[in-house]
Amino acid sequence: MNPEHAPIIEMKNIEKHFGSVIALAGVSVDVFPGECHCLLGDNGAGKSTFIKTMSGVHKPTHGEIFFDGQPMHFADPRDAISAGIATVHQHLAMIPLMSVSRNFFMGNEPIKKVGPLKFFDHDFANRVTMEEMKKMGINLRGPDQAVGTLSGGERQTVAIARAVYFGAKVLILDEPTSALGVRQTANVLATIDKVRKQGIGVVFITHNVRHALAVGDRFTVLNRGKTLGTAQRGQITPDELQDLMAGGQELVALEGSLGGTV
Amino acid sequence: MSNTAEAPASDERIKETSALRKALIRPELGGICGTVIVFVLFAIFAGDSGMFNSQGVLNWSVVSAQFMIIAVGACLLMIAGEFDLSVGSMIGFAGMMIAIFTITLGWPVWQAILVTFVLCVAIGGLNGFIVVRTGLPSFIVTLAFLFILRGFTIYLPQLIERKTIIGGIDKAAEGDWLAALFGGKILGGLFTWLGDAGIIAVFERGNRAGQPVVDGIPMLIVWALLLVALGHILLTRTQFGNWIFASGGDAESARNSGVPVNRVKISMFMLTAFCATVFATCQVMEFGSAGADRGLLKEFEAIIAVVIGGALLTGGYGSVIGAALGALIFGVVQQGLFFANVESSLFRVFLGVILLFAVVLNTYIRRMITGER
Repeated sequence: MNPEHAPIIEMKNIEKHFGSVIALAGVSVDVFPGECHCLLGDNGAGKSTFIKTMSGVHKPTHGEIFFDGQPMHFADPRDAISAGIATVHQHLAMIPLMSVSRNFFMGNEPIKKVGPLKFFDHDFANRVTMEEMKKMGINLRGPDQAVGTLSGGERQTVAIARAVYFGAKVLILDEPTSALGVRQTANVLATIDKVRKQGIGVVFITHNVRHALAVGDRFTVLNRGKTLGTAQRGQITPDELQDLMAGGQELVALEGSLGGTV
Repeated sequence: MSNTAEAPASDERIKETSALRKALIRPELGGICGTVIVFVLFAIFAGDSGMFNSQGVLNWSVVSAQFMIIAVGACLLMIAGEFDLSVGSMIGFAGMMIAIFTITLGWPVWQAILVTFVLCVAIGGLNGFIVVRTGLPSFIVTLAFLFILRGFTIYLPQLIERKTIIGGIDKAAEGDWLAALFGGKILGGLFTWLGDAGIIAVFERGNRAGQPVVDGIPMLIVWALLLVALGHILLTRTQFGNWIFASGGDAESARNSGVPVNRVKISMFMLTAFCATVFATCQVMEFGSAGADRGLLKEFEAIIAVVIGGALLTGGYGSVIGAALGALIFGVVQQGLFFANVESSLFRVFLGVILLFAVVLNTYIRRMITGER
């Protein structure tokens, strides 16, 4: 993190009410270019609502969003995407039956003009896909390999590489490691590290403290729709983070009875 | 973390894929094999029956071309993740509309054809609109239209002309520029030359003595080849083609990536209706009449041709070339059984068996692509 930089996105006192339910009660988070900001919280803490507000799916009931210092009001997710906020969902926008390169350019197909006719530029798509995947450390058998043959971690990496290639400034990763094995998780975390070094602000949502600590620069813990503060790397221990996520006391008591295995 | 950053160049757990396995993953493979098998079989069992002289070739080419025209629409629609069961009824309806416009209303044929195309494509669009708006399975929505359109096709001519077959369109179509585009023939000169050169059979007696028995390629075949070529290019070489695959593969993921899924699906329903109308127009121009029972069961024949051609019933995978080969197999077998003097009802048995075989093979291929077990 580079403190003299201005934050690329700043969310101030975001509140979101669904009818009588207060999902977010004043959450403030900012993300700097080139940092990995981890958003931690247990199930139901409001993580999903928060990132949906950030990516334009929900409009905040109260609070302000600044993007590059300008106040922003996203009407729908497309606004957020064109501003440079890309979201890689748990439910990946990937189609298993289609090739990696067709997936990579889905919705943004490169066009080659032959006279008045427009064609899908397969050569360009295949070349870029191979290059971008190689940058992320994945050697494909070929650009026509179906996404269905990739592992879960590799699919996450394709989705991340795609978002980066299409100019994301803020990359929101919604629990990218939750369903992955150890080795694949390591690959995804390595990818996050690569993306961060390209100057992209990463918002990494997880409820796994160890994954967060592996790549995070700052950590914000959400609990019952509120922030319990943002900590810098090195200012907080894994145990403290775990306790914050669980809301303090209960887990400590539980942990005692489980012999410190949680 | 640095050691995990370098992915291994090759994964020792993935076996080298053989060339055969790679070829199997092409959707057209089943169609290519089937075509070869079918031709070899009929060359052996019906080689001397006249199946492969000019008349015989024209015979099964026309039947195959009919299947191809509707298979192209059904194929692209199936890849986009939907079905259209109203194709057969649409064929009957479109033919009847041309007849009513021409005979009852006395319109010029070109006008009747154009209005029919607009009407039928609009009905196809309505089909698609209902499917994407309600989220109902297209199976149910188009089943409703199967009955609605068939009902009108039987009711309207009885109401207007008091009969179920309206004839006399051939006379009205004489000299009509657009009718010739559907009912005419091309390359007449080439066939006359081939006849004169003794390469193809000529009439021996009668007032056409000396003229070739086959005097040109019907426009029906030209339409079929044109639609197959355009459909193939659309699917594999354009942005829209990528959207067709994406819409059928996983509509939700496609939407998340900015693909206009609803627009893609509705336009594919319209294309299917367009293909059905091309079929109907060619048929009406050939017979000079429209009948209330035309196009019966064609929707299933189109779907079977597409499935034989390697498309998955669940969408997202398939090939127009494959569907065209499926249609060719279909046409050759249906007519070939006649040439080989086999009881024609056995064609249905063949149809059922090959359909089952194709679906099982496709499911196996799908598992291979996606790595499911």
